[in-house]
Formats: sequence, C-alpha cells, structure tokens
Amino acid sequence: MIYLQVIVGGLLLGAVYALFSSGLTLIWGMMNFINFAHGEFVMLGMYVAFLVVVWLGGGPPVFSIAAALALFVLGVGVYLALVRHVIRGPMLAQILSTFGLALLLRYTAFWIFSANFVTLPQTSLAGTIKLGGLFLPTAQLVTGIVAIALTLALHLLLTRTTVGSKLLAVAEDRAAAMLMGIRPDRMQMLAWGLSAGAAGIAGALMATAYPWSPSVGETFGLIAFVVVALGGFGSVLGSLYAGLIIGLIQAISAFWLGAIYKDIVVYALFVALLWFRPQGLMGKA
Amino acid sequence: MKRSLPARLPVVLLAAALLLYPLIFTGAFYRDIGVTFLLAAISASAWNIVGGYAGQVSVGHSMFFGLGAYTPLLFYSLWGWPPMAGIPAGIALSIALALVVGLPTFRLTGHYFSMATIAVAELIRIFTGTWDFVGAAIGLQGPATARGWWDLTFRGELPYYYLFLAVLAVLLAVTSVIERRRFGLYLRAIKASERAARSLGVPVRRTKMKALVLSAAFTSIAGSLYVIKTGFIDPDSGFGILISVQMVIVAALGGAGTLFGPLIGALILIPLQSATNTWFGGGGSGLTYILYGGIIVLIARFEPGGLFELWQRLAPVLRNAFRNRRQVWGRHV
Repeated sequence: MIYLQVIVGGLLLGAVYALFSSGLTLIWGMMNFINFAHGEFVMLGMYVAFLVVVWLGGGPPVFSIAAALALFVLGVGVYLALVRHVIRGPMLAQILSTFGLALLLRYTAFWIFSANFVTLPQTSLAGTIKLGGLFLPTAQLVTGIVAIALTLALHLLLTRTTVGSKLLAVAEDRAAAMLMGIRPDRMQMLAWGLSAGAAGIAGALMATAYPWSPSVGETFGLIAFVVVALGGFGSVLGSLYAGLIIGLIQAISAFWLGAIYKDIVVYALFVALLWFRPQGLMGKA
Repeated sequence: MKRSLPARLPVVLLAAALLLYPLIFTGAFYRDIGVTFLLAAISASAWNIVGGYAGQVSVGHSMFFGLGAYTPLLFYSLWGWPPMAGIPAGIALSIALALVVGLPTFRLTGHYFSMATIAVAELIRIFTGTWDFVGAAIGLQGPATARGWWDLTFRGELPYYYLFLAVLAVLLAVTSVIERRRFGLYLRAIKASERAARSLGVPVRRTKMKALVLSAAFTSIAGSLYVIKTGFIDPDSGFGILISVQMVIVAALGGAGTLFGPLIGALILIPLQSATNTWFGGGGSGLTYILYGGIIVLIARFEPGGLFELWQRLAPVLRNAFRNRRQVWGRHV
C-alpha cells in the first residue's frame, strides 16, 4: 500500500511538472528558443497566489486565475521587450537574455520575500481524502487533476482550434504563414503569454499543496528541461507523459534513496538522455 | 605580422599598470580586490575560449572550477600532499568531464550544450553535498599554516597577486596564439555559422571539443588557484551556479570572443561588486546578483558584443567629432 501511495503522489506532482513544462516546450517548438527563466515564471506564479490570498483573500480558483493572468501579461511583456529583439541575434544574446532574466527574477524574489520557505494560508483545499486505502491531501489531488486537464486543454487548443493552427503554422514556416495572412509576431507573442500563463497557474496550483522559497525556480527550470528532453521538443502531449514519468521517478527515488537524491536521479537521467536519445523518447530520430 | 610600438602601447600600459598596482596600492583591501580581479579575469578568459570564441555558451562552467578546487584539497586531506600537487589531477578530471558533456551535445544545436552544462553543474553540486568522501555539505579544508613554500600558503596577498598575474599572462598568451592560428579561424567560422563552416570543410565537432577541453583545463586551474588562496571549499563556492554566472557576465560585459574583453569586464565588475558589498553589508551580495541579472539582460538586448565592440563602434565617431570640432575652432579663432 505504501508503494501505491508513493506512486500516486509522484504522478500527482508529475502532472504539475507536465503543465509548466508544456509551456517551455511550446516556445521551444515554435521558435527554437530556450527560456531559461521558465522556472522563475513558476516561482512567480506561487508568489502571485500568495500575495492575492494575503491581500485580497479568495479561494483557489481566484488566485490560480490571477496567477495565470499576471504571468500571461509578464510573458507577453518579456517577448515584446526582450525576446523579439534577440531571436535573430547571435546565440550568446539568445541564451543570455533569458538567463539574465532568470537571475534578475530569482534574486529580486530573494530580496523581497527572503530565502525562507512559505506556505499558503489554509485554503478550502486543506485536509485529506481517503480513497480506497490511500490517504491523499486534497490539495495534491485537486492540483494534479486540474494540471492534467489544463495540459490536455493546451494540447487541444494547439491541435483543434484555428488559433492553434496559426501557432503551428508559424512554427512550421514563418514566411509561408505570413503569406497566409498570419502575423508571426502576434502569434509568438501569444505563445509567450500562454507559456508563461501555464507556468503561472502551475505555480499557483503547487502553492496550495507544497511549501516553497525563491530558489525553487532553479529546480523547476531544470525539471522542465528534463521533461521536455524526455517528451520531445515541441510536443505538449509528449511533455504530459514525460512529466508524469519524471514525477514518478522522483517519488520512487526519494522513497528508496532519500529525498536529497530525487533531483540527482532526474538530472542524471537528463545527461543520459542527451547521450542516447537527444530527440526524446517520443521524438523521431 | 609584426605590430608597431604605438599599436601595442595600450597592452604595454595595461601590463605595466597590473604589475605596479599592488606596489602603489599597498593596503590589504586594495590588494584583496586586485587578487579577486585577477581570479575573475582568469576564469572569464578561460570561459571565453569556448563561450566567446567558439560561441558555445556554457552556463555551467563551475563544474570545471569546482573540480579544480576540490581535487587539491582532497589530496591534502587524504594524504597530506601539498595542494599544488592536485592541480594536474584536477585538470585531467575536468577534461574527462568536458568530454562527457561535449561529445553528445556538440552533435546538436547550441541550446542543448547550454542546457546540459547547467544541469551537469547542478547535478555535481547536489551530489557533492551528499558525498562524505569529499566533505559533503561542509566541504574541505587546506593546510592552515604553511609547512614549507610548496604549500603556497602565504600570509600576505602579494605572492598570490603575482602568481595569479603570471597565470593570466600565460592564458592570454595562449589565447592570442589561438586567435592567429587556423584553429582560431575555425572557431570564428563556427561561431558565425556552423552550417557554413561545415560546408567549407571545418571539422566542426572536433574544433568545438578542442575549445571546450582547453577552456575546461584553464577553468580548472582557476579553481585550483582559488582554493590555494582561500584554503577552503564547499559545494556552493565550488560548483554553485553563481560561479558560472560570474564567468559569463565578466566575459560578456567586456566582450565575449575578444582577447581583452574578460579583462575589461573584470575591471568594471569586481570593484562594483566590492562597492555594493561595502555599501550594503552582508545583504549586498543579493543586490549584486540582481544587478548582474539586469546587466546580462541589457547586454543581450542592446550590446551582445559587449563594451569592447561598443568602443570599436564609438571610437571612430568620437574621433571624427573631436576632429571636426577642432577644425571649427581653428576657423573661428
């Protein structure tokens, strides 16, 4: 039974990994661009949720949507002010732009919120649910299920709607998309908004179930790299599977080896992936 | 190509200034800044070989710095060897690690290399913190007092200053030789366009690998120098991401892929860092990294070539403006 408990816990956390990683993979797939500040976007989502609860009150739906909107705006802003100008520049500028942004956000958060771990004040998701023989914190259960639903929604948005087709068209061939009357700049702006919004809402969801500090951004950023590398660059569905797998691997290695080893195992997996299957598990060779 | 004396004058002046600095500014505070500056310049110049010249942006170079720092102290704590003796082993380990990181990622685009470097550095940092053999989270300590000159444990800053200056001179000499040889041309071609370079017959992967190995070796030496001076290392001061950040920002601010870029970057950033630390006390280090992040973003957005390129663009304009003004004056006076 304890194994089942560990497995379910891992999958529920993995679902949130999938949600924020799908944002990273969207940008990578569309623009061939790595956002090194993606983990910091997740971290900001957590603090937005925290501030909304403390200042305005409101339940999980309110602060989750607030975090999604705030990060959507931030993502659009980052695209307009920064990414748009470096995307055709040298590799150094591309990588340093978001890497510098990550440092700026991380250490500003340290400055404002201090390095202490915080938790959300008790929300309506407090308590545990007994499911068969399993005891699951309500917050983890709700968070995991909502995250899976949102990731699937993002997948459907990309594959089943006109906007999604336009986004994919720009990813496929920028010039051809322009000839079809699509404005690539506007689509890429939207992609950045969606990507950061996904990170923000994932952060807000996690804030209900787990404690955090400004340094979690670095960890989540690296986890998103691993998830995207495993699921294949540019595939939202791939990152859903990969997120669940990574969550599972983390939970199992934390259980068997000790909590400190869960990140070591995941990063080692990343290096192994780069060696043996750089196109990802589900990607084509 | 022989250059005339006037063309070399800035370099000669710079060398003279660096040689005389600790003799003019004899206070411990100024000498300490001097040593910190040299170490930053060495690390950033080492990063520059692969990150600047080859355009393969590593954001995890602390992995080599940390190996170079840990190995001498590990040998000391195991067998009591002088820390100096661990330097070659540190270099060897760093080169081995460079192969592990470079061989798979150099087949792919540059983004993979950046992602892999940050992940591997973080992996090693966390792992080192759990491994008792290398002191886990507490780290390792060197000889407290010198048992002989070979321990390189000096009381004042002066011997370290000249030791570091000598290493920096060697590194810059090596880099300037690379610049003028075929290898340097290959690196520049790869940076400009990998596909074009390959189609012209440049052995792209091998060249990138060579640059990384060379860069890793010198970064490892920088780590060893650091630890010989401080006599202490822990996971964060060896493998922490901020160690990598400093190399990147120092090189990029001055001018990545230029010989003296890292030197210029260190000349600006190290006094700035020490000033923020003095003004804001212990909390200043947090502010320093906010500042670093901001500067990196601004460089990437507006001036990816760094200050060196900005100066090269501005210098003729300023000179012209100055000359025109003189002519105008000449006419009126």
